[in-house]
Amino acid sequence: MYTFSSKLKSVAFALMIIGFIGVTYGFLTSNKSFTEVETMLAAESHHGEGHGEDTTHHVANAEDSHASDTVVAHDDKVGHEADGSHSHTEVDEHTKHVNHVMHAMHKRPWAALYVAAFFFFMIALGVLAFYAVQYAAQAGWSPLLLRVMEGITAYMLPGAIIVLLIAILSGLIGHYGLFVWMDPDVVAHDKLIQGKAGWLNITWFGVRGFLYITGWYLYRHFSRKFSIAQDEADDNKNFVKTFRISAAFLVFFLYTESMMSWDWIMSVDPHWFSTLFGWYVLAGMMVCGITVIAMITIYLKSMGLLPKVNDSHIHDLAKFMFGFSIFWTYLWFSQFMLIWYSNIPEEVTYFVTRFQDYQLPFLGMVAMNFIFPLLVLMNSDYKRIPWFVIMAGIVILCGHYIDIFNMIMPATVGDQWSIGIPEISSIFLFAGLFIFIVFTALTKQPLEPKRNPFIKESEHFHY
Amino acid sequence: MEASKVIHAIYTDDDVLMNAVKKVKTARHHIDEIYTPFPVHGLDKAMGLAPTRIAIASFMYGCVGLTVAVVMMNFIMIEDWPQNIGGKPSFSYIENMPAFVPIMFELTVFFAAHLMVITFYLRSRMWPFKKAENPDPRTTDDHFLMEIAVHGNENELTNLLKETGAVEINLIDKTH
Repeated sequence: MYTFSSKLKSVAFALMIIGFIGVTYGFLTSNKSFTEVETMLAAESHHGEGHGEDTTHHVANAEDSHASDTVVAHDDKVGHEADGSHSHTEVDEHTKHVNHVMHAMHKRPWAALYVAAFFFFMIALGVLAFYAVQYAAQAGWSPLLLRVMEGITAYMLPGAIIVLLIAILSGLIGHYGLFVWMDPDVVAHDKLIQGKAGWLNITWFGVRGFLYITGWYLYRHFSRKFSIAQDEADDNKNFVKTFRISAAFLVFFLYTESMMSWDWIMSVDPHWFSTLFGWYVLAGMMVCGITVIAMITIYLKSMGLLPKVNDSHIHDLAKFMFGFSIFWTYLWFSQFMLIWYSNIPEEVTYFVTRFQDYQLPFLGMVAMNFIFPLLVLMNSDYKRIPWFVIMAGIVILCGHYIDIFNMIMPATVGDQWSIGIPEISSIFLFAGLFIFIVFTALTKQPLEPKRNPFIKESEHFHY
Repeated sequence: MEASKVIHAIYTDDDVLMNAVKKVKTARHHIDEIYTPFPVHGLDKAMGLAPTRIAIASFMYGCVGLTVAVVMMNFIMIEDWPQNIGGKPSFSYIENMPAFVPIMFELTVFFAAHLMVITFYLRSRMWPFKKAENPDPRTTDDHFLMEIAVHGNENELTNLLKETGAVEINLIDKTH
């Protein structure tokens, strides 16, 4: 049995406290008024040098780039015709720019919190899918790792609820900080969003989220229950039951995961859509999930708690990290190339924003998520060296955090992005919560599922 | 350094063969060659063969393929006959690069795969019209054959191999 070391526990609490303070600070300081932003911008442009260049760049791009911008611009045009009394009608360039920066600043702590919450939730959901695959495929190599996976999936339920709550609260109390389609003012002047209103409305959004989470949680609950019952059983009945519900869960998961990624991520850009977006998000969540399985396994093994896990298990996990990194790149590039090639305005704006305002994170992430794992994890001997897998894993996790960052930020804070106190403290907050929940769940049951029908094969697993 | 006399021990099961290899190795005999109808996992390590370097060769072939693709597409599409690619007539390789990525990928895989297979054949001394070195056609069906050189220790070897579960032990004179 694993006991949660007090050292790790204090690390988790420290992360949560520091994160919470940072997030609170982020929310308190973001609430700048129009005049405050105006003076701040004026001070910045007097600064000369880089900052001045930045602001002129903002003015030039105020008209195009990201979705909420186009929505605002659209808003104005329609306002002229339909609604004469609309307050936005007489905005000049300057007011518009200051307004734009002010809205971005208001949205930033919401977006930062959401990106980090989604990132840690996605790790747990990816592991849950990977866990179901192990049972559905009746994999013989992995049973020794099943309890580690069960520990990680304990975060799935709280993580998913947090993500959904942030999303809904951003619409109820957060000035529509994440999803512009939640703003009735925007929808009233936007024909495209009106057409999607049957799907994109807060009630139905909440109901769908609830259905996804219930389905995932039911699988996690029963598979965990059967897995524990199997330890004391005389036959394989519990295993067979898990096998059946795993197959059913995978079907349910592939549909709901896709819809979840439309709802929770893609709809931040309500004008834009990509048909392979669900797959793309899935690839990212699988890489992160498997990376975290490998890291926690190595950590527990270094404490002598998983004596039967050998370096072939680590090797296989590293192979999956390598393979899913390539799979992620394949989907990232497929999505990019088709849109780049066809160059249709409503589609290509998505990548124009990313190339103009997010060049470093957007291209840097490809280096971190593709070139780095490709070169580092290609050699089969390196996949067996624990510290090598850990180092590669850290880079992959950072890279995929930036991936989620690139999905959410351009549509919310736009060109006002930065990785500062709100972003980093959000990561701390959820990292602390993740560590606390996962390692508490690991203490609950023995780390070896002793009567799994494939446990012998797993013990002797040798690549 | 080839011995004039060899022993051919024949097995009918790969697990028995694996155990036999380990016993023969611990008795410090040199195994010349093993013929199997299918690849037996872990046999190379049990025999103490040097690890394969084909992965390194494959990586280098892949790099060659990638280079060929880049040079070829640059010549064809940018230098020799510049083309308007999807309304992007920039005539610059780097700006049209996304369109060439599938070709770069395919040629990398093509070169790595084909040259690796050819290298493997040549390294195993196999080429078209080569006469098979296989000493017993049954090893292409369901038998496993272990070849051990004899240096005047015929009886000792025969006894050891019998113990390991060989179904048939033949002494072969290689001097024709």
